[in-house]
Amino acid sequence: MNVDTDQIIPKQFLKLVQKSGFGKYLFYNWRYDENEKEKKNFILNDKKYQHSKILITGQNFGCGSSREHAVWALQDYGFSVIIAPSFADIFYSNCFKNGILPIKVDEKTIEKLNEENLELEVDLEKQILITNNQKIHFDIDPYQKKILLEGLDDIALTLQFEEKISEFEKNSRIPSVL
Amino acid sequence: MGKTLFEKIWDLHVVVERENEPSLLYVDRHLVHEVTSPQAFDGLRMNHRKVRRTDLTIATMDHNVPTNDRSLPILDQTSAIQIQTLERNCKEFGIQLFDINSPNQGIVHVIGPQLGITLPGSTIVCGDSHTSTHGAFGALAFGIGTSDVEHVLASQTIWMEKPKSFEIKINGKRKNPHAVTAKDIILSIIKNIGTDGGTGTVIEYSGQGIEDLSMEQRMTVCNMSIEAGARAGLIAPDEKTFDYLRNRKYTPKNYDELVSYWRDNLYTDSDAKTDKKFEMSIDNIAPQVSWGTNPGMTCDVTDLIPFPDDYSKGDQNQKKAAEKSLEYMGLKPGISITDIKIDRVFIGSCTNARLEDLLEASKAIKGKKVADGVRAMVVPGSQMVKKQAEEIGLDKIFINANFEWREAGCSMCLGMNPDILSPGERCASTSNRNFEGRQGTGGRTHLVSPVMAAAAAIEGHFVDVRELDLD
Repeated sequence: MNVDTDQIIPKQFLKLVQKSGFGKYLFYNWRYDENEKEKKNFILNDKKYQHSKILITGQNFGCGSSREHAVWALQDYGFSVIIAPSFADIFYSNCFKNGILPIKVDEKTIEKLNEENLELEVDLEKQILITNNQKIHFDIDPYQKKILLEGLDDIALTLQFEEKISEFEKNSRIPSVL
Repeated sequence: MGKTLFEKIWDLHVVVERENEPSLLYVDRHLVHEVTSPQAFDGLRMNHRKVRRTDLTIATMDHNVPTNDRSLPILDQTSAIQIQTLERNCKEFGIQLFDINSPNQGIVHVIGPQLGITLPGSTIVCGDSHTSTHGAFGALAFGIGTSDVEHVLASQTIWMEKPKSFEIKINGKRKNPHAVTAKDIILSIIKNIGTDGGTGTVIEYSGQGIEDLSMEQRMTVCNMSIEAGARAGLIAPDEKTFDYLRNRKYTPKNYDELVSYWRDNLYTDSDAKTDKKFEMSIDNIAPQVSWGTNPGMTCDVTDLIPFPDDYSKGDQNQKKAAEKSLEYMGLKPGISITDIKIDRVFIGSCTNARLEDLLEASKAIKGKKVADGVRAMVVPGSQMVKKQAEEIGLDKIFINANFEWREAGCSMCLGMNPDILSPGERCASTSNRNFEGRQGTGGRTHLVSPVMAAAAAIEGHFVDVRELDLD
């Protein structure tokens, strides 16, 4: 629980000025020891999980720093879905901007998913998790779902409201800085 | 029915509202720094977009900058590239930049209020989670990711689902305000409501305990709202707020007119409903020290390190988290906080590096020296804070006590510059996060107030500063 973005991508890797190539630094201090050797007891170093696309984790995932680098690292590593009982707000919002689907389910479902050691399929359209034995429904904001399914450029979308933005600016009480 | 202060500011900034969808919110101030902006400017370039309102956008460099001699070149090449990239981007897109040599340079959340850029009733965003700091002025201020930085640069707006409102009422009076500080108030709040207690909400802090605080102390409280998971934290503006912002470099010309509008409008109506409430008295709170690896793992300086069973109250996940934290921190349950010996002291960060923080910390020194084996540094929050502190002789007090007196920046709060802990080193830090490796891989961070950090530097271990003469 409470996995913070400093763990997902440690600070020394925030100096890159592009968006790509962060996957190799994902969970760096948990994955590697001081000699840059893989730590045996970390789950992503277990061969069974090395090509996972779905991350199942604990409460308040992604808390702390707003660094979008955390999402870029998860995505570059190969994750496209993260399932947790709850997420920190900024991280949650950053996921959608990068095509990662964060799914909230209750603790019991997490336990079940962890126990069964199973193949898991995610159907965003129908909003269900499909395991060997059953289908589990999940909720998602319809607007965010649309963005993920259609891959909208939200800046282009916003700029369609240009007139409204200009009108707002005319009436704003808050003066310019300069 | 009445509205909360947060709802009033929200409503004043909605540009587009559609049922069951996020609202498009106007952004009055966008603060930019070197770490979370390069990819946003790249995005603008790729799509041939401009910055919509360069007059509402301000940039500085803080996360990466070295805090030693500013005339020396930056040795870390990747840091140097990131800093040069910001310079180039600001030039290309026409954004005002306070660069490494500017007298206005500093941590973005310290310079905003100091320069009068932060205003009550405004919306402020920055690609940094501690943007909540500006909420101390009655602004709606929150951190955003890089995609949203790009979005705001291009459109001066942001899509956002309306957060819930959370009232945190702080009653009572601190008996010894030099020893029990704003930092202790906010750490106590987080200890009580947890690191996700505020998720999905905007906190409004109210009550006698908050009204009594100075503006700089209120900033400390609002700064750590994100450590409770909140989207933002704010405090209704009052005369202290209006006085603080008067006659700053960028204070608007029609300031008095604005103040009278703010006075009439920026408060929570008595019949407003909030979604969540928490109340706490500070009559008897003690100085706080964090013992674990998140800010909620905090106790009184007079406490013993908790046993995971007691801490977790039956929650197996909490118990595991506490055990893992204690192992990382190299601590055993049952030992006294005041028996914990420290190696390093860091007085700095957007939480606690303003003039008042440095002044309060200096009171624990009084001609004494830093304990043998302890390395202590003071990193003022901005070049302006540094200058003001030097004008009243604080630099000499620290230097004479063998503290390092440095240039402004984020420094060892997150260790992106050369100021980091070595593996296993233990630090009393006035910053905001005690996450694993935050201040350096393997480093161990204890969050405390400035006066607690200074006293720990002198004694070499934590002490209850209520026992010191701090007048």
